[in-house]
Amino acid sequence: MTGTKSGSAVSTHSATAARPTKLRASGINKTFSRDGVVTPVLENVNLEVGEGEFLCLLGPSGCGKSTLLNIMAGFLDPTAGTVTVDGKPVEGPDPRRIFVFQERGVFPWLTVEGNIGFGLFRLPKAERERRIAHYVQMVGLQGFEKAYPQELSGGMKQRVEVARALAVDPDMLFLDEPFGALDSITRLIMRRELLRIWQAERKTIIFVTHDIEEAVQLSDRVVVMSTRPATIQTIVEIDIPHPRDLSSARYLELRDGIFDQIGLAHKI
Amino acid sequence: MISDRLRTRLEPVILPLLMAAALLLAWHYGVKWSKSNVFPSPLAVQKGMAELVRKGLLWKYIADSLWRVGVGFGLGASLGIPIGLTLGWYPAAGEVVNPVIQMVRPISPIAWIPLSIIWFGVGNPGAIFLIFMAAFFPILVASMNGVRNVPAMFRLAGQNFGLNPVQILSRVIFPASLPQIVIGLRIALGIAWLVVVAAEMIAVDSGLGYLVIDARNSGKRYDLVIAAMLIIGLIGLILDLGFRRLETLRAVRWGFRQDA
Repeated sequence: MTGTKSGSAVSTHSATAARPTKLRASGINKTFSRDGVVTPVLENVNLEVGEGEFLCLLGPSGCGKSTLLNIMAGFLDPTAGTVTVDGKPVEGPDPRRIFVFQERGVFPWLTVEGNIGFGLFRLPKAERERRIAHYVQMVGLQGFEKAYPQELSGGMKQRVEVARALAVDPDMLFLDEPFGALDSITRLIMRRELLRIWQAERKTIIFVTHDIEEAVQLSDRVVVMSTRPATIQTIVEIDIPHPRDLSSARYLELRDGIFDQIGLAHKI
Repeated sequence: MISDRLRTRLEPVILPLLMAAALLLAWHYGVKWSKSNVFPSPLAVQKGMAELVRKGLLWKYIADSLWRVGVGFGLGASLGIPIGLTLGWYPAAGEVVNPVIQMVRPISPIAWIPLSIIWFGVGNPGAIFLIFMAAFFPILVASMNGVRNVPAMFRLAGQNFGLNPVQILSRVIFPASLPQIVIGLRIALGIAWLVVVAAEMIAVDSGLGYLVIDARNSGKRYDLVIAAMLIIGLIGLILDLGFRRLETLRAVRWGFRQDA
């Protein structure tokens, strides 16, 4: 470890004081049992997410960060502990909090329009069409309204899924390694697009990734998780304003601090 | 010399036609050289077909057979799809019913003939029952498996957007399993067409299957037997091609090709 300069970059479990709390996870434990073997996945996870915050959950593959995200989204029940949103306990999935899967989550039997309008079935037709047009525009898919997902690239499918989530005007987005299946160039473009959308719409975003650079580029705070059973190892505040200069001293300092936290060498 | 492009376009048409012509010739000379007085030549079959058209029987029989298949297959689909979707949706119910389905399914629909005569007597209902039995199980099993193979992600997304269970079934599960259901329908239609011939041999006095057995029984008219066989084959081919067209519809096409 070469973690001499990381002390200032890494703060402990402090919540951002400026924002009101949107989501609070307290004492979350999760165990899976299969064939009589009980595997602890999450151990005493406590986390507060501020309103409008962009938070990254960072950890190695299989550490349980996706499980935590699924619990916060209401898809999974914790073995112990509670999740509250706006002070109310989460009891299941809710259209106010949309989960974005990798691009495989788009419905292949619907067009781009059909996918984006999927959650808008309660709205009158005119409003539905207005929103579809708005979000087609926002994710840059004009001209592809009638296209089917199989005619689109991976990055475009991911845009459709983000637009489908945004169209129902949720308070929160949960993104589970959304760009993991994309090539590295498309991934960079999609990060920029997501930041642009987040700045325009000011949703609370919880973003799971195993990519340190991605976490530091995107988020207000990076929650570094340990290996299984996952606990919160540390929370790093990324105090660089957007747009972020990826070669600035502060960016490199924060990034290297997280490398140290995870115990990775800086050389390959 | 013809260009390569023209050749690649014509070959898939011309070669099968040549093959068919060669078979016809072999048939013709086979009959001629063997001096068979039972097996008809292609010309005799063609004359027999013309006779059926003249008597107005051909179109009537084709229509009768298609009507029976249509009704039996329609009943099979309108029961098989909703029951299959339900059994796939409630895995516990599926597990209870599955052993029975798997046991009844391999029984040839022909084996139901005696029971169908007891239950429905001789006539259209009996024939339609047999076709129904042939079509129902492939459709049921395809629908059930179709639901089971829907990725959990689609179901979760449906829940996330606030759909109730009925909406999830109609807006997510049904369209997601539609490609598999269409394959089941195509297989079922093929089997139904096989079975209509057998059903018409015992239960009714019209249709292409009846024509086969009647031509043999009343005067050993093997020209008509073979004419009927050829028409049965041709219609089977057309039905299958029609269904394959259905598989290219945009709403289900995604299920038949790997995503790029």
